[in-house]
Amino acid sequence: MFEYGFLQQYWWFIVSLLGGLLVFLMFVQGGNAMIFSAGKNERQRQMIVNSTGRKWEFTFTTLVTFGGAFFASFPLFYSTSFGGAFWVWVLILITFVFQAVSYEFQTKAGNLLGKNAFRIFLTVNGCLAPLLIGTAVGTFFTGSDFTVNKEAVGDSLAPVISVWGSGWHGLEAVTDFRNLLLGLAVMFLSATLGCLYMINNIDDRELVSNIRKNLPWAAGGFVLFFVAFMTAIFLSEGYAVDASGTVFMEKYKYWHNLLQMPAVLAIFLVGVFSALYGIAKTIFKDGYRRGIWWTGAGTVFAVMALFMLAGYNGTAYYPSYSDLQSSLTISGSCSSEFTLKVMTYVSFLIPFVLAYIIYAWRSMDSKSITAEEIETTDDKY
Amino acid sequence: MVDTALIGWSRAQFALTACYHWVFVPLTLGLAVIMAVMETLYVVKKDEFWKRTAKFWQKIFGINFAVGIATGIILEFEFGTNWSNYSWFVGDIFGAPLAIEGIFAFFMEATFVAVMFFGWNKVGRKFHLAATWLTGIGASISALWILVANGWMQHPVGMEFNPDTVRHEMVDFWAVVSNPVAISKFFHSVLSGWMTGSVFVIGISCWYLLKKREIRFAKASIRVASAVGIIGTLAVMFTGDSSALHVAKYQPMKLAAAEGLEDGGPRAPFSIVPGVEIPGMLSILATHDIDGFVPGINDLLDGYVAPDGTEVLSAEAKKERGDMALAAFKAYRENRETDPAAAAEAKKVLEENVEYFGYGYIDDKEELVPDVWLVYWPFRIMVGLGCFLLLLMILVLWFERKNRIEKMRWLQWVSLCSIPLVYMAGQAGWIVAEVGRQPWAIQDLLPVKAAVSSLSKGAVMTTFFIFVAVFTLFLVIEIRIMINAVRKGPETGAEDGTAAVEGAQAGDR
Repeated sequence: MFEYGFLQQYWWFIVSLLGGLLVFLMFVQGGNAMIFSAGKNERQRQMIVNSTGRKWEFTFTTLVTFGGAFFASFPLFYSTSFGGAFWVWVLILITFVFQAVSYEFQTKAGNLLGKNAFRIFLTVNGCLAPLLIGTAVGTFFTGSDFTVNKEAVGDSLAPVISVWGSGWHGLEAVTDFRNLLLGLAVMFLSATLGCLYMINNIDDRELVSNIRKNLPWAAGGFVLFFVAFMTAIFLSEGYAVDASGTVFMEKYKYWHNLLQMPAVLAIFLVGVFSALYGIAKTIFKDGYRRGIWWTGAGTVFAVMALFMLAGYNGTAYYPSYSDLQSSLTISGSCSSEFTLKVMTYVSFLIPFVLAYIIYAWRSMDSKSITAEEIETTDDKY
Repeated sequence: MVDTALIGWSRAQFALTACYHWVFVPLTLGLAVIMAVMETLYVVKKDEFWKRTAKFWQKIFGINFAVGIATGIILEFEFGTNWSNYSWFVGDIFGAPLAIEGIFAFFMEATFVAVMFFGWNKVGRKFHLAATWLTGIGASISALWILVANGWMQHPVGMEFNPDTVRHEMVDFWAVVSNPVAISKFFHSVLSGWMTGSVFVIGISCWYLLKKREIRFAKASIRVASAVGIIGTLAVMFTGDSSALHVAKYQPMKLAAAEGLEDGGPRAPFSIVPGVEIPGMLSILATHDIDGFVPGINDLLDGYVAPDGTEVLSAEAKKERGDMALAAFKAYRENRETDPAAAAEAKKVLEENVEYFGYGYIDDKEELVPDVWLVYWPFRIMVGLGCFLLLLMILVLWFERKNRIEKMRWLQWVSLCSIPLVYMAGQAGWIVAEVGRQPWAIQDLLPVKAAVSSLSKGAVMTTFFIFVAVFTLFLVIEIRIMINAVRKGPETGAEDGTAAVEGAQAGDR
């Protein structure tokens, strides 16, 4: 029923979709980044924490699923990137680990470090996690320093297939300004989404007014760094793959990809315009609260398009600049046909999962968070 | 050559994360059932007392839940960061359960846990109850998929080695999912979580009895927890028995190490402690036959002939077959594009010896023996404490039903002091399972030294100590917060206290 080539492309699509959803759900991080800047007093800070705190597990679970889907469908990426860019992933994980406990611990008696320490952890995760994830994804376009040698399995003394070249194990990514541009773009995007989400989720004139003041700055930063990154990438050489699987450098590769894949171009444009529409309408129309849905959907589309640009149309999605032929391609790094087929059948149940998530989300968010609720209920962080 | 210190630190880091993870997860699994039963009683009886009781344990659940998630994400990514070769070599099989776990179980948990914590005043009573049950079910299904993956590591099935892609590839998903080792492991682990939750609830409730406060709450909690715990413990024993059969069949070295059995044979004795044995008991446990043959460590290293006439290869012979498999693999890779006939011949040799592939990485047969001390004693701790805790729960339930539990201060103290014991039993169980698996990451196919990432020892040491500090900090904070929450009490209002006991006796039984 499904051909191997189709399954490979399909799973890159699923990974792209999960990537898009993950960046959208990082509104949690963006909101937390503003605990101290938008929350001017204890009540406002509590409202921010409780607003993002009822969604953080979605972000966390999407991150886990993104990792799991990569492991299942592109295990050579999992092996090469996680084992190689070790420090980047460890740093990302540590910030998420602190975030996971901080909600529950922050206001509890006996928490040892005090309320503010846990809120600082949330804020640090809010800034650092999107920055690091964006920087790591930047290497999908700019490349990393690794080699892959499958023959090594036959060497009983040194059987490791993927070997990272730099002793910095991933931290060297910050030396390429293009990676940093994407990191900063994602960081400001998550802050933008955080503003839009809280404007939608919180019913408090004073706090929402503070958040609205932050929105233009966050959105401006996002637009600036995103445009800079896209320009840099479109003007750069990219990692192309020919029919025989040989990787070579091609000038303006990612720009060519955009033009040669009209569907991806459409997804990209819809994503960018939808994201900008949500931001602009929220900024310019007082009382408008639905911007998160426009910008959120736009984020999902735009990020999906970025992953598609990195992987489709004869492109090495995880390139090695030190050994071009070690670069990872969709067909060269994916799971077997059988595994992808099994996973594809499993993926058909995702709409069911989405349906109950939407149902539960709507049930919980039918009423916005108010100061009164925070003051009177016990069911809060 | 792979640095042995790197392997050691990588193992230590994974063991550290897994052990800490298993501090938090069993309480999540057990409390999920207990509080769901309590909330069900609230919905059925429409008695606010049960709502407040369920909410108190949900508060404890919440404190514990987040740390379990935090340690869990580290575990998932450590497969990539610390065991990158493993991730490629078996990712085609191992990754699928992990992804399914994320898509179904984690999202179920994540969606409904928020409804459970914050939805009391936002959704209907029945929807809330469904959310509480679905949180617990989601947690249990999470355990299913990761234990399918773990069971596969203990007894790899449903795959073939592909020398072109240089990895094992799944060919039978159903064989992986229905792997008997995985099924036993799932029920054994999840139901041991029921034990943990039950002993925890009983212990805390007994503390209230010792303090002569929250009497109705404490007795009601004891009643629910001990019932759940007894069911769980009996099922743990049953699945433990089937696990023993599987270990004897698929991982005989683990069993020999767990028994400290140097030389095996029929009517093998079970060692209670060194020097105290029950004749024939190990044969019964391992084969369900008192005359069953159980190989010892020396038999497995030197080779032996099983009672049915099957010749079991010695370690040296397996090593030879492993070397042949590795050599054939190299020959195949060298010739596959230039000399098809030589490649076909090499592939044939590889296929004949692939079941011993991992032995090609073994240098010395002594590597094949896990640390006997570290398997023998945890096994006794696990079994001994399991039996003790079953007895304790039966006693607690008995005296509660006889309405004498309030006067049994010694039993209240024993119950309170037993909380750490149930954790020790759980940790000991995982030490038996995972240390007993050594030197293998995947039984017979991939030793840990060939599974590790190419990192510096210093990097892994650094993250080891970072994780020690972070996890210990979380544990200390969790314990402090729990102690505070328990001291504060369930706030069951005017219905608490001795006067409420009569109400409990009249209304709830």
